[in-house]
Amino acid sequence: MRFRAAPADALLQASLDPFTAVFHRPSGQTHLLVSPAPEMLAALADGPLSLSDLHDALAAAFQLEDAEGLADRMAELVAAGLVTAEPAA
Amino acid sequence: MRHSVTVRVGPAAFRVGADWRSPIEQLRDLYRDYPAFGGVPDFTVSLSAARPWRRWIRPSVAIGGDFTLPEAAPLPLAHGLLAAEMAMNLQMALGWRRHLLLHAATVERDGRALILCGESGAGKSTLAAMLHRTGWRLLGDEFALIDPATGDVHPFPRPISLKNSSVALLRDHGRWGSLLTGTPKGDIRHLIPDPASIAAMTRPAVPALLLFPRFGFDAAAREVGGSEGFVRLTTASTNYTGLGEAGFRTLTRLVHHVPMAAIDYPDTDVALTLIEELWR
Repeated sequence: MRFRAAPADALLQASLDPFTAVFHRPSGQTHLLVSPAPEMLAALADGPLSLSDLHDALAAAFQLEDAEGLADRMAELVAAGLVTAEPAA
Repeated sequence: MRHSVTVRVGPAAFRVGADWRSPIEQLRDLYRDYPAFGGVPDFTVSLSAARPWRRWIRPSVAIGGDFTLPEAAPLPLAHGLLAAEMAMNLQMALGWRRHLLLHAATVERDGRALILCGESGAGKSTLAAMLHRTGWRLLGDEFALIDPATGDVHPFPRPISLKNSSVALLRDHGRWGSLLTGTPKGDIRHLIPDPASIAAMTRPAVPALLLFPRFGFDAAAREVGGSEGFVRLTTASTNYTGLGEAGFRTLTRLVHHVPMAAIDYPDTDVALTLIEELWR
């Protein structure tokens, strides 16, 4: 399974310390995200990644135990419509 | 309708019609210092008999207009002015799209605006009236209108709706509307803004400080961060969701550029001292 962020032009982001407010243009909804969710979106901005690859990309900045630890956060982003899941290539 | 008046406050004009003469005469008196308006109003408000016979027998005012809430209960004719003011607020809250609306009182000094944002009972109208008395220009006691293009606060200087003890506190100052006794919110009287505030009701101000006051607690002040402020203000806005992207951009700009603080106060003197300290 890979995860793809909503297109960059579909999102408006504002850092509000400690949250990041994200306006999702297609739905008109505002989401308040806390780390590592904004960083996950940023890491997915260049293209879809698996959870394992995402974990590797974020490992330097966060003390993540394993890729599965990101699964709950990813499920929330998918439920919010900010990320879509797709079959691995 | 048999009786009507059109009033303009800041950028919004209202045509208020009624089955009875008295609420319209009270409105005319309340708004007699405001410039006459002969254009097309933004909103229409109607005060009509809840039932046909209620025009004469125990007269009862049903609030109507372009935007209504189905659960709004009729008021006795003696509170017709309150019904008109409530209906005008309702039009703004539900229908205004040209600005981001915050449920807040706003005053201005030296071109800079102080926004007092809080729920009913927080004391924003009383504080705005007290500050107005000490020389601040009144921008509004009910809604802060934030311009999506500039981020400025646009005046909406309606007469200040004061309740119960606040009426007594300020009774020696300014010109007042009729005293409305025994309303659902207690005794209510409207304090009319000074002529300078009315004359400047098309001149915006730059937001400089945003406070979240809370009445009935020991004096305290603390800084409010961006996240908390954003959440509080989305809750305090009647049209944030409706404005979509413009609302998001306007609110995030406000939160980024304007210092925010929460203040608790046991009485208005303490509040005014806290405000002056934070304003510096």
